[in-house]
Amino acid sequence: MFGIVRRRIGFGASHASILDRCLHGIRPALSTSRCYSTAGKEMTVREALNSALDEEMSADPKVFLMGEEVGEYQGAYKISKGLLEKYGPERVLDTPITEAGFTGIGVGAAYYGLRPVIEFMTFNFSMQAIDHIINSAAKSNYMSAGQISVPIVFRGPNGAAAGVGAQHSQCYAAWYASCPGLKVLAPYSSEDSRGLLKAAIRDPDPVVFLENELLYGESFPVSAEVLDSSFSLPIGKAKIEREGKDVTITAFSKMVGYALKAAEILAKEGISAEVINLRSIRPLDKPTINASVRKTNRLVTVEEGFPQHGVGAEICTSVVTESFGYLDAPVERIAGADVPMPYAANLERMAVPQVEDIVQAAKRACYRSVPIAAAA
Amino acid sequence: MALSVITSGKIAHHLKGKMGLLGVLIHSSSLCSSLRHRHHHCSSSSSSSSLIPHNSRNPDAVFSDSAPGFSIRRYESTKAQNQLDSLFVDHDDEIQVLDFPGGKVMLTPEMRFINESPETRIKCYRVLDDNGQPIMGSNFQEVSQELAMRMYRNMVTLQTMDTIFYEAQRQGRISFYLTSIGEEAINIASAAAFTIDDIVLPQYREPGVLLWRGFTLQEFTNQCFGNKADYGKGRQMPIHYGSNKHNYFTVSSPIATQLPQAVGAAYSLKMDGKDACVVTYFGDGGTSEGDFHAALNFAAVLEAPVVFICRNNGWAISTPTSEQFRSDGIVVRGQAYGVRSIRVDGNDALAVYNAVKAARKMAISEQRPILIEALTYRAGHHSTSDDSTKYRSANEIEHWKIARDPVSRLKKWVERNGWWTDENELELRSSVRKELLHAIQVAEKAVKPPLADLFTDVYDCPTSSLSDQERLLRETIKRHPQDYPPEVPV
Repeated sequence: MFGIVRRRIGFGASHASILDRCLHGIRPALSTSRCYSTAGKEMTVREALNSALDEEMSADPKVFLMGEEVGEYQGAYKISKGLLEKYGPERVLDTPITEAGFTGIGVGAAYYGLRPVIEFMTFNFSMQAIDHIINSAAKSNYMSAGQISVPIVFRGPNGAAAGVGAQHSQCYAAWYASCPGLKVLAPYSSEDSRGLLKAAIRDPDPVVFLENELLYGESFPVSAEVLDSSFSLPIGKAKIEREGKDVTITAFSKMVGYALKAAEILAKEGISAEVINLRSIRPLDKPTINASVRKTNRLVTVEEGFPQHGVGAEICTSVVTESFGYLDAPVERIAGADVPMPYAANLERMAVPQVEDIVQAAKRACYRSVPIAAAA
Repeated sequence: MALSVITSGKIAHHLKGKMGLLGVLIHSSSLCSSLRHRHHHCSSSSSSSSLIPHNSRNPDAVFSDSAPGFSIRRYESTKAQNQLDSLFVDHDDEIQVLDFPGGKVMLTPEMRFINESPETRIKCYRVLDDNGQPIMGSNFQEVSQELAMRMYRNMVTLQTMDTIFYEAQRQGRISFYLTSIGEEAINIASAAAFTIDDIVLPQYREPGVLLWRGFTLQEFTNQCFGNKADYGKGRQMPIHYGSNKHNYFTVSSPIATQLPQAVGAAYSLKMDGKDACVVTYFGDGGTSEGDFHAALNFAAVLEAPVVFICRNNGWAISTPTSEQFRSDGIVVRGQAYGVRSIRVDGNDALAVYNAVKAARKMAISEQRPILIEALTYRAGHHSTSDDSTKYRSANEIEHWKIARDPVSRLKKWVERNGWWTDENELELRSSVRKELLHAIQVAEKAVKPPLADLFTDVYDCPTSSLSDQERLLRETIKRHPQDYPPEVPV
């Protein structure tokens, strides 16, 4: 409840995004009152994903869902609740425990022309199927010279949850986003979840859809446009969640929420931060990121995953290549600790970026504090 | 109360006293159950179980053959058995049937481990002997002259194509090649049993299936040379053929990945209600992959119409089957997954044709997967990157190449039928050879795929970053034209 109130005041979420599309990012200053009056309906991310799946399955009989516990159990995280009852066992398949098996089967079905949505209980388990995701799905259209297209969606929770240890907490955004042939999406809000999942299902290419377990229960305001069944968001476009002029903060998934909180704190100290919700990791919206950096001249990238070869590293390269002259400070990269995720709550807290880390990084980029010693 | 495997009379007498009114029913049902015990005793020591027709799920059906005296009772006792099952479970000291997830099982007080291998190996279905003579009493459908000759011609063409392309690689004209020498019968005869609507997911040693479906020698050659006419736009190594219009999915290098994909494609066919099935090929080595397990298991659960054809050719590069698995080949694994299976002589074109035809019919009409193990021998090297004399004797290779050649075996049969002469043979081989050499000349001279094909098909529509990369590349070429190879179109 508290969180919801904070979010309404913090930024013009759904309403602003509509303006965004019309005016290509040139918007008047935030008017929180406008957002408050139009944000009548709220929806959790879970409901958003469920409704998106439901609507797409209803619209296209070729779409079907496959995964462990998606049917009778209503989904390990209840994302597919009610779908078995509505569409029957031919379109909502409970699979045996073989990620490699059901991923391969999904790819085969996609080769033939169906549009499978494969659910991994967590993307950590997708490693058991990664050969099929990369070699069978991502590369097929290219290797067959366009004869075999693979309109498949791989979705499931990604990244850290709470107290689940190393084998359940890794973020796979960087791994999948490095592979040509795949599209990689990471929604944050309910609007993101609905729009991007619908776009993913309709897309003819294989899409990796990285959700977040801790976001499933969070509520976000949604406009009437978002609730419409034809709604979808473009793949490859980032969203400016909060406009600012002093420093750009890029983030995706759960870290967007943290970045917005950090922006609030920074605002009180006189630093106006622009928060970009990446939404799409591959293709990365480099034009939006660079345009923002050219405006603010400072960049902080935030991600939950391991630092080496991460998403932030790619963003940094892009900015250094295309907007070097505009940078007034080195790029700051906030990422998870370079260790397998520990279990103990205090250690886990230290292994994942916190709001304070983002605030400190932004300040360093603005030369408001003593820079930390160079990391190893 | 010790329930052991004893004569039916004893049990019946014992139970009759206890159950009173239900005495008659018990008598017949216990006869049935003790018969079952006896049959189980026998089955582990005979291989007759492999010849049981597909109602093996109902053990009573077997009894009617082996115990004629009780066949009259069979119908009644089955019904009674079902009724009594529930009764039996309630009676603590009368339990003969146990109720667990997965269904009911008969109990046995005797601790008996199932042997790791059957006493005799599963028999191999064969129709023509090594001299091309039909075996007495063999069970097969006659093949028409037209079909037989089409099969034979294709087998010769495949054999010739393999020989010439192998030589071309040795001469440095293509980078890589992989032959199917010794497996021509599996390739062609199985292809002949399917229709063009059946979807093929190959491993990589089945170009004959594509040849049968009408892929021309020039088309094969273009792919191997990776020129502009290649349907693969020069993206793949040689022998990675693929053709949508022939329903032949592009060859993919990782082993056995096509198996679960085949099940997925079959599931789609099933949802469409098409009168077609999926056929997927793999070698003995491929059955060690996890994908093999997942695919067979899943196909059975989903009841998918897919025919799994294993080319057990004895070798996975240098690994002989004795080091690949310890089961009795692949055919025995079918039952482990609930999949109907058969072992066939892969070098006998007619046996392969018959078995595959029957398998296809069952797969489609009964909507179930079928597993076929075709025993054969990889007479050539694994590929042009391999020299198999390093791990097997040259004598062994010679023996299989000459004495056990599937092409000559079929040749003997068609010659004996008066359908083929030596002149025909000479003419066919020389004309195919000429056609291939011409195709190679054409393919060699043909222009390579254009620059644009580097960036297309990564996605359905190129992303902006890909377009940027292409633009950058073109600009660089414009600035330094002398460094760009002249024979590659821009």
